[in-house]
Amino acid sequence: MTLSPEELKNFLIELIRTAETRLPVDVYEALKQAYEVEDNPIAKQHLGAILRNSELAAKLGKPICQDTGTPVFYAEMGADFPLRSEFYDIAREAVREATKLVPLRPNAVDPFKKKNTGDNTGRFVPWFEVEIVPGSDLKVTFVAKGGGSEAPSTLRMGLPIRGVRNVWETVLQAIVEAGPKPCPPVIVGVGVAALSDQAMALAKRAALLRPIGDRHPDPEIARLEEEMLKAVNELGIGVHGFGGKVTALDLHIEYAHRHPATYAVAVATNCWAMRRATGYITSEGKWEIISKHITG
Amino acid sequence: MTNVYHLRTPLSEKDVRKLRVGDTVYLSGLIFTARDAAHRKILDLINHGEKLPFDPRGLAVYHVGPVVRRKNGEWEVIAAGPTTSARLEPVEHEFIAKTGVRMIIGKGGMGAKTAEACKKYGAVYAVFTGGAAVLAAQAIKRVVDVYWLDELGIPEAVWLFEVEEFGPLTVTIDATGKNLYDEILERAKRKAQEILSRLS
Repeated sequence: MTLSPEELKNFLIELIRTAETRLPVDVYEALKQAYEVEDNPIAKQHLGAILRNSELAAKLGKPICQDTGTPVFYAEMGADFPLRSEFYDIAREAVREATKLVPLRPNAVDPFKKKNTGDNTGRFVPWFEVEIVPGSDLKVTFVAKGGGSEAPSTLRMGLPIRGVRNVWETVLQAIVEAGPKPCPPVIVGVGVAALSDQAMALAKRAALLRPIGDRHPDPEIARLEEEMLKAVNELGIGVHGFGGKVTALDLHIEYAHRHPATYAVAVATNCWAMRRATGYITSEGKWEIISKHITG
Repeated sequence: MTNVYHLRTPLSEKDVRKLRVGDTVYLSGLIFTARDAAHRKILDLINHGEKLPFDPRGLAVYHVGPVVRRKNGEWEVIAAGPTTSARLEPVEHEFIAKTGVRMIIGKGGMGAKTAEACKKYGAVYAVFTGGAAVLAAQAIKRVVDVYWLDELGIPEAVWLFEVEEFGPLTVTIDATGKNLYDEILERAKRKAQEILSRLS
């Protein structure tokens, strides 16, 4: 039995539904941990609301947040996966149907004509990042990126002579500037690279794809992640800007080798409401959601 | 966190003048939604001397673009957490002055001009937990009406909701003009400088 387009679409719809309605376990556990350690009463009250909301959303099968985000597909596509060229159109159709079924808020707006397409698809929406890998399976991580945490995204082309100071300055200034706006506690992604777009793409991957608690394989970068996370939390912005101990749940760094003349630093944040789900589908149509989510 | 209040709209000037930053409010009664386009629409109508289809005086304006669904002819609110209020900072002072709203509900805080209008006209800005969309939807008991739905679309339209014990809302700008976030963000800025100066 070869995989049918219908099966692929149904898999993607369930992936979208899971991401939108059920918080990943790693994020939920980190929020619970934050609730335990937080002693600022207002921050704690709002953390309580965050936990209750997440449990309710999972139980009722409703979107965690009303901003159901911009749909993004990170795909690892087997070189022998049968529906390689069809994947894009099928994913678009899955977004359209999920918008009606879950339901999701229509978020695709023409920047010039101002019209909302009404179904979460449009020019370059959804957004795809596809990597070809050996094999015949398709592995997909779906992320719905909220607008509130996207707005403070920061890119700075630093001065190479200033070295890692470029990273420290850009990160701390971006988090202070963002303040309560990206719905802290946030997950911070930092990208360092030669090219501007590369830095942002890496920052996005760092924020969106790596689970809470995951450290970079390079021990020096891993230490920098820990130091920067500690520094971000020392800023005392806290849950929704009410002060307190927890501004970020984690901070991840990704880097590319840079050009001698450039030092691109990008900072991406995701709100506490991380909408992320990962699954795979085989060339025979067997599929499974492999990320762990709360059940409510 | 000092006091907890259970209030009902329409709010009087006295109701909101007693609130202080850090207070918690649970709100019942009518509230209406307005994002960027709705603020412009409402102000345009008022500035052209036209009548609004509802009376905003004493109500709370909620910065939200909800997820809704029509079921058996009735609107069902699925998810309705707050959106970032800072986008409305350029117009909110005029909005407070001309609509007579007593409470602005959103997330992420607002600036000096809004704080000034809160002080002058008797209003407060309060924060609902950002992202807690299902919790918010549960407190919305009924969609009373919706205005300019075709023109503005679902997220941007003005929805008139009947709510019960809508909260927790944390007052972050009170009617004395005090802004809770100012202090926290000022401290964060100083701390960032301190950390950076330790580096080299």
